[in-house]
Order: sequence, then C-alpha cells, then structure tokens
Amino acid sequence: MNAQLVTARQLGLVSCHDCRLLIDAQQVDTHPHCPRCGAHLHLRKPNSLARTWALVWAALICLVPANLLPMTITTALGTKQADTIMSGVIYFMQSGSWEVATVIFVASIFVPCAKLLILIYLLLSVRFRSAWRPRDRTVLYRLTELVGRWSMVDIYVVTILVALVRLGAVAAIEAGPAAVYFAAVVVITMFAAESFDPRLIWDVVEEDV
Amino acid sequence: MSSHSTSRHRYPQDRLPERATPADAAICASGHRTDPLLIACPNCDLLHRLAPQGDATLLCFRCGAVLYRDKPNSIERGLALTLTALILFVLSNSFPFLAMKSGGLVQETILLTGIRELWNEGMQGLAFLVLLTCVLVPLAQMLGLLYILAPLYGGRPPARHAGRVFRLVQEVAPWGMMEVFLIGVLVALVKLGHMATIVPGVSVFSFAVLIFIMAAAYSSLDPPLLWDRLDLRR
Repeated sequence: MNAQLVTARQLGLVSCHDCRLLIDAQQVDTHPHCPRCGAHLHLRKPNSLARTWALVWAALICLVPANLLPMTITTALGTKQADTIMSGVIYFMQSGSWEVATVIFVASIFVPCAKLLILIYLLLSVRFRSAWRPRDRTVLYRLTELVGRWSMVDIYVVTILVALVRLGAVAAIEAGPAAVYFAAVVVITMFAAESFDPRLIWDVVEEDV
Repeated sequence: MSSHSTSRHRYPQDRLPERATPADAAICASGHRTDPLLIACPNCDLLHRLAPQGDATLLCFRCGAVLYRDKPNSIERGLALTLTALILFVLSNSFPFLAMKSGGLVQETILLTGIRELWNEGMQGLAFLVLLTCVLVPLAQMLGLLYILAPLYGGRPPARHAGRVFRLVQEVAPWGMMEVFLIGVLVALVKLGHMATIVPGVSVFSFAVLIFIMAAAYSSLDPPLLWDRLDLRR
C-alpha cells in the first residue's frame, strides 16, 4: 500500500456523517456533536457489524413467508385465485408480456436476494479480515445502497390493483399476507445497507498491512 | 476564468483530486476550524485536498466514490425546480390517477384512494408505508428545500434551524420512492389490460414529470456550498 495514503482515522480526525466536516477526535470525545450541522458524531457507524447482521437475519426470515404466501387474492365471478410473487411472474411469462415478467422478477426476487447475499459477503469479508479487492467490494456496497428501493415496485402494484379493482361481485383484488412480509424485507434491507459502514472494509486492509 | 475551459469533461474522465499530505492533516488537526478543502471519503475515509477544478467531477483516489461535483447556480436552480415540483405535486394529488372501465362500471382513483383501501382492509402498516414513501417524504423534501433555499436566494441570511432541516432532507431522501411508484403504475396497467380498459388521468402525466423535476431539483443542490451557508456556528 502506498505510504502517502492517509485516512482521517489515522490522523485522529472524525468526518461528520451528514456534512463531512472534519473534527478532531479528542473534541468528539467530550462533545459528540458536529459544530457545523449538529449531527451526532462517531468515527465509524456504531455497532455496524452487529446491527447489520441482526437486520440481515430478520430480512432472511421475512423473505420466506414473503415468497410462499399469496401476494394478491383475486376474486373474479365467484372464484378466488391466490397469487404468490413467483406465480405472478410465471403468469406474465406465459401470457406473453415478458417485459413485465422481467421487471417483477428483477425487482421482487432477484434484487432482494442479491442484496442480502452481497451484505452477507461484505460482513463475512470484514469478519475474516479479507484484503481481496477492497475497491470492488466498496462498489458492491454502493450498488446495494442504490438498488434496494426498486424492490418496492410490487407493493405499489398491489396498492394500485386494490384501489382500482373494486367492481363489487364482478371482480375484486385483495392484498395477501405476503405483501406485509415483503414490505418488511424491503424496509429491513434498506436499514441493513444503511447500518453497514464501508470504511470497515478499508480499516481491515490498512491494519493488516 | 480558466483558459482551458473549452475542454469540457463529462463523466469518467473526471479528474482525481490531490491526496492530502500529512502536513495538511497536521494543520487541520491543530486548529479548531478545519480546512474546508480537506475532505475524507465517505466510503473509505481517505483524506483528499479538493483544489478548485472548474467543472470537473472529483472521485476518490482509492475507492472511486464521488467527492465533488460542479453545481453552477445551485440555489437559483434548486429553488426554481422545487417550486415547479410543488405545483406538480398538488396537481398529481388532486386529479384522477387512473380510471378503469369494465362493462358499464367505471372506477376512478386518485393517488390516495389506494392507500385508503389498504387501510380499510386492515393493512394499516402497509398503507402507512405507501403514504410515507409516495406522499409524505416527497412533500417534506420539497417544503424543506423551499425553506432552506428561499432565504438564501438573493444572498439573505438562512432561516432559523435551516441546517437541521437540510440534515433531515438528506436523511429522508432514500425513502422518497415516487419513481418506483410510477413503475408500479405501468406494471399495474399491463396487468389489468386484459380485464378492462384503463384510462390514465391527468395525474399520471403530472406525476411522471414531477419525478424528473424532483430528481433535477435534488441533484442541482450543492451540499458543500449549502453547509457553508447554513453553518450553525454563525
């Protein structure tokens, strides 16, 4: 590693999470608030690894009912039909609208799973003090931060369907129990990505050099 | 200003900033007021010295995170776009969003009807989540930006607690999901296409424009400049 690279931590400086002002670490010990923006200051996000692990496990647990229970319950002319996320995707593929099938598959199945796998990988890599391609791992982290929100698509689809399809006895769509679990997965993984501190990846690399 | 300003760079040619030297940092640590040009990368903590570079975007030397982006006339642009967004937001929430025709029945809905239906169905948590991400957070962002930018326009001093408001605006930003909602609308349209005729209302169009205006308003902000103006120590 280049000897010229200096981090804020090595020089006893704390970078404000909200406004990026650099503050002397000793000053932070006595008064842990940013003088410029008032945010709470910490060298690294507090208990980053433990919090992220807890949220990842919670999301993994919610992911099971989210995929197994019905997302929507359609009543049309007296017959009820329950659809899970995956059966919705298959239905679209068979009916020829593969674009919609792709959107739902990517947003509701691929993104949440990929996001959780990436977070688990990042957590393990910090835990086992990996020095392998820290830059690419940071890019992976930025990716999880960016894509998580798109998983909400299915929740919005359900909301719109429920609002529109209220034609009395002819047809009605209700939100199924999976909607709640799926929303929980999206919200929890967003918090998980936020609680992980990517600077830990680099701390480990620097300490081991 | 610069004689080389004809060579305008966009995207990855973005230059790398100078790395901070230990001497920089020593100066920085000795005083209570730190050097405003010195900045730590939010993703990997590496220190950089951001020399003014015109319109280049500066990336972290080590991990590639964006450290600085040139934002010309950020206050004027931000204010104009925020006001536009507010007008479109009022439009989007007052007019019908979608109408569904099936047989002789017509079902019309505005943005908030779906949320009310979810609530009545006993899914209050879900209803609240949709309300929060599609209505409350974007509204809070717009009003917050207006509160911050309006006094700064024309060089007046910032409003009371504007720094705290800006911090809030930045923190709620990931939870505003209007663009995701629009994709949801498109998927729902296709899904219902075989069951009934769907007529998109005024709201859908104003909502689609609102998303772009909102994104433009948010990305026209210049956080370093704003933090300099909103400094709580002043």
